[in-house]
Formats: sequence, structure tokens, C-alpha cells
Amino acid sequence: MLEIKNLVVQIEDKRILNGLDLTVNNGEVAAIMGPNGSGKSTLSYVIAGKEDYEVLDGEILLDGQNLLEMEPDQRAAAGVFLAFQYPLEIPGVASMTFLKAAINAQRKARGEGELTTPDFIKRVNAAAGQLEIPKDMLKRALNVGFSGGEKKRMEILQMALLQPTFCILDETDSGLDIDALRIVSEGVNALRSADRSFLVITHYQRLLNHIVPDTVHVMSSGRIVKSGGKELALELEANGYADYRESEAA
Amino acid sequence: MPAVQETIDQVRSIDVDQYKYGFETEVEMEKAPKGLSEDVIRFISAKKGEPEWMLQWRLDAYKRWLTMKEPNWARVSYDKIRYNDIYYYAAPKNNPAPKSLDEVDPEILKTYEKLGIPLREQEILAGVEPRNRVAVDAVFDSVSVATTFKEELKKAGVIFMPISEAIREYPDLVRQYLGSVVPVTDNFFATLNSAVFTDGSFVYVPPGVRCPMELSTYFRINEKNTGQFERTLIIADKGSYVSYLEGCTAPKRDENQLHAAVVELVALDDAEIKYSTVQNWYPGDAEGRGGIYNFVTKRGDCRGRNSVITWTQVETGSAITWKYPSCILRGDNSRGEFYSIAVSNGMQQVDSGTKMIHLGKNTTSRIISKGIAAGKSENTYRGLVSAHRKATGARNFTNCDSLLIGNQCGAHTVPYIESKNASAVFEHEATTSKISEDQMFYCLQRGLSEEEATALIVNGFVKDVLQQLPMEFAVEAQKLISISLEGSVG
Amino acid sequence: MADVTLMKTPAETGLVQAFESAKTLLPGNAESRAKAFEQFNLRGLPHRRVEEFKYTDLRALMREAAPFAGTPSAVQAKEALAGAKALAGVSALQVPFVNGHFMRDAVRFDALPEGVEIVPLAEALASGHDWLARLSPIPWAADNPVYQLNTSFMADGVMLRIAGPVETPIHLRFVTSETSAVATATRVLVLVEDRASVTLLETHESGNGTGHQPNDVVEIIAGDETNVRHVRMNAEGDQALALSTLAVKMGTEAQLTSINVVVGSAVSRHQVFANFDGENARAQINGATMVKGRQHADSTLVVEHAAPNCESRELFKTVIDDEATGVFQGKIIVPHHAQKTDGRMMSAALLLADGGSMNNKPELEIFADDVQCAHGATCGQLDEDLLFYLMARGLPKKEAESLLVQAFLGEAIEFVENDTVRDALTATVEGWLRARS
Repeated sequence: MLEIKNLVVQIEDKRILNGLDLTVNNGEVAAIMGPNGSGKSTLSYVIAGKEDYEVLDGEILLDGQNLLEMEPDQRAAAGVFLAFQYPLEIPGVASMTFLKAAINAQRKARGEGELTTPDFIKRVNAAAGQLEIPKDMLKRALNVGFSGGEKKRMEILQMALLQPTFCILDETDSGLDIDALRIVSEGVNALRSADRSFLVITHYQRLLNHIVPDTVHVMSSGRIVKSGGKELALELEANGYADYRESEAA
Repeated sequence: MPAVQETIDQVRSIDVDQYKYGFETEVEMEKAPKGLSEDVIRFISAKKGEPEWMLQWRLDAYKRWLTMKEPNWARVSYDKIRYNDIYYYAAPKNNPAPKSLDEVDPEILKTYEKLGIPLREQEILAGVEPRNRVAVDAVFDSVSVATTFKEELKKAGVIFMPISEAIREYPDLVRQYLGSVVPVTDNFFATLNSAVFTDGSFVYVPPGVRCPMELSTYFRINEKNTGQFERTLIIADKGSYVSYLEGCTAPKRDENQLHAAVVELVALDDAEIKYSTVQNWYPGDAEGRGGIYNFVTKRGDCRGRNSVITWTQVETGSAITWKYPSCILRGDNSRGEFYSIAVSNGMQQVDSGTKMIHLGKNTTSRIISKGIAAGKSENTYRGLVSAHRKATGARNFTNCDSLLIGNQCGAHTVPYIESKNASAVFEHEATTSKISEDQMFYCLQRGLSEEEATALIVNGFVKDVLQQLPMEFAVEAQKLISISLEGSVG
Repeated sequence: MADVTLMKTPAETGLVQAFESAKTLLPGNAESRAKAFEQFNLRGLPHRRVEEFKYTDLRALMREAAPFAGTPSAVQAKEALAGAKALAGVSALQVPFVNGHFMRDAVRFDALPEGVEIVPLAEALASGHDWLARLSPIPWAADNPVYQLNTSFMADGVMLRIAGPVETPIHLRFVTSETSAVATATRVLVLVEDRASVTLLETHESGNGTGHQPNDVVEIIAGDETNVRHVRMNAEGDQALALSTLAVKMGTEAQLTSINVVVGSAVSRHQVFANFDGENARAQINGATMVKGRQHADSTLVVEHAAPNCESRELFKTVIDDEATGVFQGKIIVPHHAQKTDGRMMSAALLLADGGSMNNKPELEIFADDVQCAHGATCGQLDEDLLFYLMARGLPKKEAESLLVQAFLGEAIEFVENDTVRDALTATVEGWLRARS
């Protein structure tokens, strides 16, 4: 379970999150929607532990552990996974090398032994097959020269291999055509389980047709301003964010 | 793009003679005795009515200069300059210090008319929108002959006057800043200038003032065997802004003439100075006879926090150019920019670039340099970017592109990039290329002549830099570039 | 100021004395040695006012001239070679040198791979071997003070002639095992005949704590349609002052790849003078430098496109830790007639700690108009976004840094075709990174 209480965050003297409260239960898929600049991506970075953000107040607990006291790699080992909106290209590091380094680092942090190479390859092949990732893509340097869709599929592949307990999908639908959206969504849906929860950050209802959320939260000016069931997303799609922007101005 | 059409027309209208400012003005001049000595320096100082400290400053510089050697590291070659064959002071005889335009020799007024430099305020007002007004300081050989809009600027608190006047009227300001950016001992030519400088402009913009109009100085060398040694000092006090333009021309002569200027800029906290130059000194003829040796030291000191200094230069003239407008980024968060177009043709030699010295925290700099070499010219970009130990967070981006037209010229790039701070991020890229055959073919296929196509493509090549110039200057500069490249195709 | 005559430093005086006492003993043409030394001595050790040595002031860095090493005893030589580790796992024809002397007993001259001939340099110099006429072909090198010193003092080396494709790599293994500081000067001349190909490995090692002063020159004359793969490793001890020169002349359609990997030496300067002598030749010249502590590593390179239609690529990667200094100076020269030249040079540096410095000076000197030339230089820290991405995937910070540094250097190393050699270089990088954390 992820609990965020009264989170206040700034970057370079600019306040982005203003006392945000949010709870995501085990097995729950929560969607966060909101206009540009409402602080959605900041929230994902703060949960994952990016350095540039200054947390002025509040706490983030994952299954009772205080994430704010941990380094990004420790959070990853604790089960946090962030699927980046813009996955980074790492020239010179083959995707396979990277995947193995990440899996073994997390296993080591949790006191588990390293995977044997055959075991590792078996797992990768199985996951890659589901996501329709061709083998030669895994031999290339991570994300270098990948299309937008390939990068997002690679993120989901990592999610499948690392088996996190709390997954954040940051605008995963951006830049995806309809086929890629289907493949990515199926990949995510296959990972849904009672002990894994998701925070799906998106602009549009479209993604939520494929990954159906249990709860929907509307974010504006660094706060959750409304929460509801999946029907709230449809309402937003019909009416836009105008109502919430006004509340912002007020 | 109407400007392109204009460029093409301009290229067409030019015949054999490419340099249209090469005429000479007949004015009776008073000169210092030929050559350089303590007496000549005393003569200059007395002519300017200078206080004793100024004379002493000059004499110290002269003593120092006698011990120095001419630098030889630049990629330029020229016959030895005989410093004792130069006149260091030449001023119109009738009235070297006119009080108003009515007192200025009509021949000189005609000269500026021919050059297209407006000296009469009412004419300027009649012709142009008020906000496009430009105040002009006109320097003719060794003296300033007119400075426009002085009164109006004074109302805004801006001091804009010949430096010789400023030395008399604002001695404290001048004493505080003169030589504080380019020390007397800085280099051979700067030291020479410190000893013999004759005129130039002085600008002081008080705290919080945005200078109400563009300021400019127009330099003209007219007299033969005369060197021009101007000195410009611009101080932007806290939170102020000023944009300054500089233009220069000279008559066609078979002998080489020396121009050794020093320009010092000081930007205090939150101040911004934009300094633009269109340098069109006589470049010499096709065989390399004559032309100006343009050996200048220009440096800006971003002394205050958040200060900004931008150098923009369009260099088309001079037989030899040796010039590196630089920024010392001393104040935290200060920014330095250098935008340059250097066009060389005929036998011209250009060795130009910049220095960005990062001293303060989070200082940023940007260098965009476009070199175009044609004919038998040599065109070198030379630049230094350095981050000192304490320059945490320094950033530089440099892009220098060279274009060669014809295979008898040379284009060279010599950057020095020195970082002593791990958090400094420097990026440098440089390319050398020609006008691609595909581009050329495409233009020809659409009906452009080879010359038109070249003008078009060159305009595209230099566009990033031209955009940095004030509007009126940009058009002028664009014409100049085409003219400079006249005859380089085919 | 530059023309002020400088006082001779102790090192310069030492070199003069060394030359005086050695000149009659050194093999070969005394006149050419004397001429080279005279040229050197006229200017002395290069200092910071000499443009090419602006960032590596040998006058200041070389305090004293170490005495030249004598021939090692058989026992000493055997021990030295047994302890040599650089590229030890690569199966290759071994051509070993101990203390600058060629160990001819270690080479089975009667069982050399087909197409390989080896002549000891001392012998060749003494007898005036006719291959020697092909020595010193590049003017840029001949004017260089480090090269001049080598010409003055070269005591030993080998001449290799490669005729035809040679599969087995040839490993020039240099080991210095003296316990007090010594100087060495070796010269290797490689003649690659038309259509021949060869892999040359060159490793230099010595123990820590001793300020050895090696000065090595490798000259490669590559004929038409040749393919030369060259891998050099500087694994000298932590006090060494190592000077080295690679001079390559390439014929029509020749192919060259060369990489210099630097982990050793207190001060090192590796100079490459590459000359395209025939059309349609291609060169890839790389460097991978890792320095820490107060190490100083200089890579200086002059690529002269003396023939049209050639392509050169230079990729130099420098990783700087602690208070170390990196230097890259690279110059691409394209004369008037070398049309259709395609030259690209890149130097990238990573500063891992606050006290380090990097000096980059990439130059273009272009006189031909129909060319595509470019250079780039970057200098900075590891990308924070990349670090965060890796940490968000669970890699601890040090491990993430190491992975990125490996990838950074890997871009220069990946051109090495031979898998075993490439793996050995990668292992060198890993070893350096492990020692760091």
C-alpha cells in the first residue's frame, strides 16, 4: 500500500505540489488525470526519488517504509518502478547487459542470489515474446534508435522482469499508435495482481479504456481535487479540465 | 525573403570596384609629428586638454610598450609595421572640437552623408520612427566631430560623449573604469593604444535605466599614413541596459594603415550590454596591396551578478583582422554571448574569435561563429572557453562553421577548451563544408544563377548570427556580405 | 617572450651528457643521430609556450633525465616477462622487449607465421639494412622534439615486414623491470606490403614507484589495400613519464584502426601522426584514457589528408578522477588538392571528481573546398538523468556510475575486431573502475 500525506514539493524555488494526499491500496489501479503543469510528472519523480526536487513537508510510505529516506536504487529494490514518460537512451550499454545488471542489483539488495545466465535469458525471452519485442532489439544499446513505441515496450519489459509491487506509468500512452497502445496495455494488464498496485498518470481517457482503473483522481495545482471511480475519467473526457482550472484560479 | 532579392540586386549592381566607401575627403588636417615618442604623447594629451594623471597613464603605457614584442601566434603574416612612420594624431585643422554641427567642416558633413550616417537629429526624426532613433558619435581620424542626441540622453541620465570630453568632465568615472577590463599591460597593441589613444566613445548608463535609443559610433580613417587608436568605454550600472553599434570605413590606399583599438565594457549587477560591430575597413585590393590592419582588443567584464554581455560582429573588411571580443564571467549567473560572421575574400587574413572565461558560479556562454573564406584568403576562428576551479555549474555551447568558396582559400578552427571544474559542461562543435552540389543544383534547376544561388545559400548559412543584429544593421550587414563575396564564384 | 633563450634545465643538461657519452656506442649512422639531437637541443625540452606542448610542459614535468637502461641479464629478462600481465590472455606471436632491449632469444625466427619477417633493429642499424631507407617518412614527426629524442637515442627495436594476410596477432611487449629509474628509447618499423594485413598489439608495463622514462616510436608504412589493426596499452607504473609516437603512412585503399588505452604513468603523452598518401584510404584512430590521482595524460594527434577521397574518424574518450588532468589536441589538415576528404574528430571527457581538469584543443586546417570535416569536443560530468534512470531500476549509485563510464569508454573500444583483445580491454576498464570504488 502506498500512502502519501500532505506532500509539499518545490523545484528551484517554485512550489509544484501543495499538500497532496493519496492512498493506493494493494491490487488497486489508480489513475491520476489533470491538465499540463498540474504536477503529475513531479509526483512520479518524487516517489522514485529524483534529486532536483525539494520535499518541504509530508511523507510517502510504501507498505509502511518511508521512501523519502531512501536513495532511488533502494526504492527500486523496495518495489517502486517508474515507467518513464521519456525513457533515456544509454549508448554503449546493450539492453541485455542493462536488464541483467538491474535484476541482479535488486536481487542483491533484497539478499537474493544472482540469476544464472540461462535462467535470466529464459525470463527475458518469455517476457519479450509477450510484448512482441524482437531479439535483435535486446542486443542493441538501450533505447538508442528505438521508436517511441519500442521504448515504451522496453519499459514494460523491465517492469515484467523486475516484478515491482508499486508501478507508476507516467504518460505511457504518449506517442503510441493504437497497436502499440494495445500491446503495452496487455503487458500491463497481465501484471495486475492482488499484491501489486499501479499509479497510471495520463492526460487522456484513451489509455483507461485499455487499462481500466479502480479509482480516478483529478490533480490540479499540486493537489488531488477530486476522486472517484472510473466513470470520473469519462466525465473529464466530456467536460475537459476547465472546471478544475477555475478552482485553480480561485 | 525580400532581403535575398535585395542581396542579389546588390551583387548585380556592383561592378569591378567592390568597396564603395573608398573615397577620400579633402580636408586640411593638423597632425602630430610623424612617429612615436614621449613628445608625441605629450602633444596628444595637450591637444585633448587632459589632466596630469591621464598623461602619466599614457607615458607609463609607452614605457611598458617599448619593452614588449609584437605577438606572432596568430595565423596572419604581414610586413613589419614601422611604428615611426605613422602619424598618431590627425584632426581637421579648422575646428577640431566643434560645439555644434554648424561648426563642422562641410566636407566632413558631406563625407558622413555619402556614408549614409545621419548626423542631423531633425533629419533622423523626419525620416524614421522615433523608437528607431540612433544616437551617433562620429569619429574622424583622431577626433570626434559630432555626437547626436546628447541632450536627450542626458535627460535619461545616460552619458554619451567622446572619451576625450569624458576625461575632462567625468574624470572620476573614467579613472575608476579605464583599464580595469583591459589592463594597460594586456598585450602589445592594447598597450600601444593606452599610450596614444585619441578618441572614441564613453557611455555610462545609470542604475535601472534602459537606454532610450541605440547608441553608435562611426569610425572613419581618412588621412593617409595615419593610424587610428580609438578607445571605447561602456559602463552599464546596476539593472541598466544599453545597445551599442559600431561601424567603420576607410579610403582605398596602397599603403597599409593600422587600427589598434581598445574597447572595454563593464556590466554591473543585472545589467546588460549588447555590442554590435559591422567592420568594413578597406580590405586592400585583389593583389593584397593596401588595406587596414585591424588589431583590436575588445573585452567585456560581467562584473555583477546576473549581468549579460553580447558581442555581435560582422567582419567583412580589413586586410588583416586580429580580434577576439571576450567576456570575463565574474558575477554569479552572468552570461556572455558571441555571434560572429567573418567573411574573407581576395588576400584578406582573418584571425578572430572570442574568449569566455568562466569565473563565477552558474555562468553561461554561447558562441556562434560563421566563417566564409573565398578568393585567396585565410580565415581562422580562434577561441578559448575556460572554467576555473570555482566556476561551479558553468555552461558553454560553441558552434563554429566554416564555408569555403573556391580552393585557394583556407578555413581553420583553433578552439581551446579548458575545464577545471567537474560540474562545468562544455560542448563544442565545428564543421567545415562547401556549398553542396545538391543545394546548388536544386537552386539552378529552379532558375537561379550560380551567383544568386551562392548569395541565397550564404544568407542561410549566416542567418543565426544576422538575427542577433538590430534590424537596420542586419540589412546593411547582409548587403555587405554579398558585396564581399562578389567575384568569388566561377 | 618565446624567443628568449631559456636556461638549460638539469634534465636538458642530463640529456646532452647522455648523448655525448652514448653517441659512439649507439648503432648505425652517427650523423643522422647527431642531426636529430642537434635539432632537439636547439629548442630543448618543449614547454608551455611551445604551442604543441601548451598543456604538457615537458620542461617542468621532466625534472631529471634518467640514465639509459643497459641490457638485462637472462634471469632478469625471464622474470620480467613471466610477470607481464598486459593482454596476457591473447594468443599472439610474442615480440618481447625488456628495459628497451629486444629479447631475440624469445622469438623462434625459424617458426614465424607465414608472411612475417623480423629483423632486430640494432642489427639493422649496424649493417645499414636497406629497409631503413623507408624510416622517418612523416615530416610532422621529424619536426617533433619527442620523436627527435627517440631518433637520437634509439638503441633497439625491431623491423617487421608483413607480406600477405597474417592472422596471428603480433604482440610487441615492452616491460621495464629496473628498480631504479631508467630511460629507454625503442623504435619499431613495420612495413606492410601491398594487400597485406596484420594485427599489432603493443603493451607497455613497469612497476609502481619508479620514475622510468620510456620513449617509444612505432612507424607503420602501410602499402596499397592493406589492413592494419593496432592496439596499444599504456600500463606503465604510477611514476613513469611515458612518451610515445605512432607515425603511420597509408597507401591507396589502406585501412587502419588504432586505439591507445591509457591507465598507467604519472605523465604520458601519446602522439599520432597519420598521413594519407593514397586515395580512398580510411583510418579510425581512437583513444580511451582513464586517469586518477594526479596523473596527467596527453593525446596529441595530427591527421594529414595528403591525398583526396580519404576518410578519417577519430574518437577520443577521457575519464578523469580525483585531481588528474586530461589533454586532447587533435588537428585535421586538408591541403588544397585533397578534395572529397571526409574527416571527423571527436573528443569527449568525463570529470568524475571536483579537482580534475580537461584541456581540449581540436583543430581543423582546411584548404580544399569540397570537403566534409567536423570536430566536436565535450566535457562534463555523468548525465544526472541517466544516473537517475539506472538507480530507479535498482542499481546502486557506484554501480550505475561504473556502467555509464564503461559504456562511455566502450564506444572507443568497440572498434577492436579481435574478441579476446576487446574483452581484455574491457576488463582493463572494469579493473580501473573496481580500483576506484
